[in-house]
Formats: sequence, structure tokens, C-alpha cells
Amino acid sequence: MATVSVCQYYPGGFSFENCKRNALLEADINKLGFSSPAARKTGTTICGVVYKDGVVLGADTRATEGMIVADKNCSKIHYISPNIYCCGAGTAADTEMTTQIISSNLELHSLSTGRLPRVATANRMLKQMLFRYQGYIGAALVLGGVDCNGPHLYSIYPHGSTDKLPYVTMGSGSLAAMAVFEDRYRPNMEEEEAKRLVRDAIAAGIFNDLGSGSNIDLCVITKGKVDYLRPHDVANKKGVKTGSYRYKHGTTGVLTKTVTPLNLEVVEESVQTMDTS
Amino acid sequence: MCGLLPGVLHLRSSFKMATALQFPANVSTLNNYNELYPDWTQREVSTGTTIMAVEFDGGVVMGADSRTTTGAYIANRVTDKLTPIHERILCCRSGSAADTQAIADAVTYQLGFHSIELDEAPLVQTAASLFRDMCYRYREELMAGIIVGGWDPRRGGQVYTVPVGGMMTRQPVSVGGSGSSYIYGYVDSNYRPGMSKEECLKFTAGALSLAMERDGSSGGVVRLAVISEQGVERQVILGNQLPKFSTV
Repeated sequence: MATVSVCQYYPGGFSFENCKRNALLEADINKLGFSSPAARKTGTTICGVVYKDGVVLGADTRATEGMIVADKNCSKIHYISPNIYCCGAGTAADTEMTTQIISSNLELHSLSTGRLPRVATANRMLKQMLFRYQGYIGAALVLGGVDCNGPHLYSIYPHGSTDKLPYVTMGSGSLAAMAVFEDRYRPNMEEEEAKRLVRDAIAAGIFNDLGSGSNIDLCVITKGKVDYLRPHDVANKKGVKTGSYRYKHGTTGVLTKTVTPLNLEVVEESVQTMDTS
Repeated sequence: MCGLLPGVLHLRSSFKMATALQFPANVSTLNNYNELYPDWTQREVSTGTTIMAVEFDGGVVMGADSRTTTGAYIANRVTDKLTPIHERILCCRSGSAADTQAIADAVTYQLGFHSIELDEAPLVQTAASLFRDMCYRYREELMAGIIVGGWDPRRGGQVYTVPVGGMMTRQPVSVGGSGSSYIYGYVDSNYRPGMSKEECLKFTAGALSLAMERDGSSGGVVRLAVISEQGVERQVILGNQLPKFSTV
């Protein structure tokens, strides 16, 4: 009935012990004019499309912390199994850890069954975990892959609901990306057309949504082959400055110069080798 | 996944702690409003919905719209809310998408197991009871309105409704979801006992179209299913083929 996996079941879900203390601290901090640190979210535009031979997944590469870009080139397409990849939007830590946990359990499951894992299995595992945490794990995922039953694409919401569709978008830029899909999607596209469509959808998110930006990553999954194109398109190249802002030597006049020698004698010398293997 | 028992709804443990919190009044709640992340990235996915089921002599007709919303955004415009629970038993889901999907998966497992133990087709009433047990036990944590319909050899076509709160009752015709409020009058005045299969299909399609016209959370296409001794027949009525009532 149940399959064997390594992790123990820890009863209790999240511990909310510190919430009351944090709430009081936040009130005090606000009085002083500061704000408490925000969890890093991936803002994000992620999308996926099913085409003739498989699926194409796409993502932007900006990670934001409030209004600041925390990472200009983060990787949002996560490995689940050799034939299944997952894009993640929402809280960066949540998407990273959730996909790693399911990837680990899926590998054990695959060793136990002796078969290549199916996308529906990954979907079940993800939705059951997210439902258990009642939406407190802020992970919105686009799961895609190719298995013995063909190509599959799922969108998974933080509360644990899933939709199986031929094209999906998630994240703050999802409306812009969905507009592109609704205009140009056709069933059974060729690979180049599908890649162009996903690239354009992510670009729409990057240029029209403040939470998404930088480059476009693509992942093309077909039977037996995965093309992880990172970056597929550098949509936002850093420009070249028109002027030079370096000051010439001697611009700042030196008024005084004092040299204080620090007399240190070597008392003990020891060497610790690092394990560089 | 390890430690996860199939057929059981896993949510009690984590939720219990959340309900014990008391925040001071001047402090923001967990979901901060941030203009960078619009409302629909933070709202839960709901099936909005209009769902309906009608009994006729020899089976049942079940129908639903196809819209799933997160706030004001339509997350899925072609949802299939008629979920198979067993070979001749379907359920219509309304309320929270996550809750109803999880409940349906758990009941599908439990009913499949029960059917193998019995070595015969399960009763529709059994399926409805399983839904009722789960929806009543976890009534504080769940938001799910479900209509169970099917055919079994003992009692023929039956419709049971399990609304929010966990009541279960058998009805010859049942409507549910946010769009149902707009069609109670139409359903009460147009339903007659002893309708044929075709009349039931026309009745259901008409009622759903009217609800979808007026309710913002319902729309898309109309999905219909007929369950009888022969099995399940499914149809889709696309937006432009829906019956028209108003010429305005």
C-alpha cells in the first residue's frame, strides 16, 4: 500500500510560538520608524506550455526583497527528476525547499518501483504537502515533464489545488504572460515555435511587471532529453556608461602623512590542511 | 510520501496552532498588502461556481460551469468540476479548490478500497456518507459544498447534497455554488418529476446558462455528465452554443 521513504513524520506542522513575540516587537520597531525584514519573494513570471514532443518551461530571474532586487540572476526552474522540472513563484525559500523535498522522495519512490517517475506522482506529492500546511508554505509552482504517458503540465497553488492544462502561467507577471499565451497558443506546436512563445510570454512579464526582470531561462523537456537553457535570452543587458567617472591621481591634495609601525612578533605558527578533494 | 496515510485528510495538526493566535490590534497580519503583488497572487483559489444535479428514471444528469477564480483573476477557465469518485459515481465540487480536491482524492481512495472489500459496486449513499463524514468532522477548517450523483443497482439514479457544514440529504434536484442563488426560482418552477433524460439535459443546461450569465464567479463552458446503468457519458457546451434566454 504505502511506499518506503526515508523521512520521519514529524507531527505538529509549523510552530507558531514566536508569532506573539514577533508581533509585539514589530509594533515597537514601527514606533522607531524602522520596518522588520521581509521574506524574500521571487515576484516572478513563470509559465509552461505543452507542445508536440514535450513541454517547455520558462522563468524570469529576478528575486525581490520588498522593493529591492535581491538577486539579479536566480534560478527558478528546479530539478525534480531527470524527466520532470518545476518552476517556482512565491516565497523563494519555500519553493526551493519544497521542490528539494519532493525531488528526494520521488527518487526513493522511483528506486522502490524500479520505474521512471510520473508527473502525476510529483503533482500528488506536492499538492498533499501544500494542503497539509494550509497555505502557510507560499509556493506557487508550474510542474512539467514527460513520462510513459506523454507530456504533462500542472499548475499548483499554495493552498494545494492543482490544474492540469496545456498552458499555464504563475507569479505576479502571470497576467501579462497569459495574455501572450491566449493570443498565440495552438495545440501541437513545433519546438521552435513553442520556445519562441514561452520566451515572449516571459518577456511580457519582465517588461510589464515590476516584480519580474533580468533574463529568461528556458527548460525544454522531451522523451529522453532535457535542454536546460540558462540563460536562453539576456533581455536586460547592463548598459555601457558614456563617460568615465574615475578621478585622476593627484586630484585630492595630501595635507599630512603619519606612519605608525605595529610591532608584532610571531609567537606560534601552525598549519591546518584543508580537505580540497 | 512517508507518514502520509492515503485516504486521510491531513490538516488538523498545523491548523490547531494557528487558531490559538491573538494579534495585538495595531499589528499587520501575515498576508501583508504589498502593491508589488496584486490581490490575486495572495488570495486562495476558489471554485466560485454553479453546480447542479437532477435525478431521472434510470440515472442522473450532473452539470457544472468551468470557472476557477483567485480574487478577480480567472485561474482556470476550463476547469472540470465533475470529478469521478467511482465508475458510476461523480461529485460536483464548489467552494475552496484545494479543500474539495483533497476531499475528493481521499473519498476516491476510501470508496475504492471499500468496493474491493465488498467485491461489488458501491452504493451512491455510501459515497455521500464518506463525503459527509469528512465535511462534518473538519467543518471548521474546510470550505466545501459538494453534490454527489450516481447510479447503483439497488436504488437507481440518486442525488445527494453535502453543503458547507456537513449535512447530507437526498434530493431529486439539487443546485449549489455561488451562482445557485440566481436560479432557485427557475429550478423550482421548471422541474417536474418524471422528466426524461433529454429534458433533464435541457433543463440543466438552461439553468447553468442563466446562472453563468448573472454570477461573476461562474462562466466558461458548461460541462454535463449523464450517469446510468450503461456508464458515464460526458458533454461540453461551448460558450457560443449556450441556450439564450434574453435578447437584450
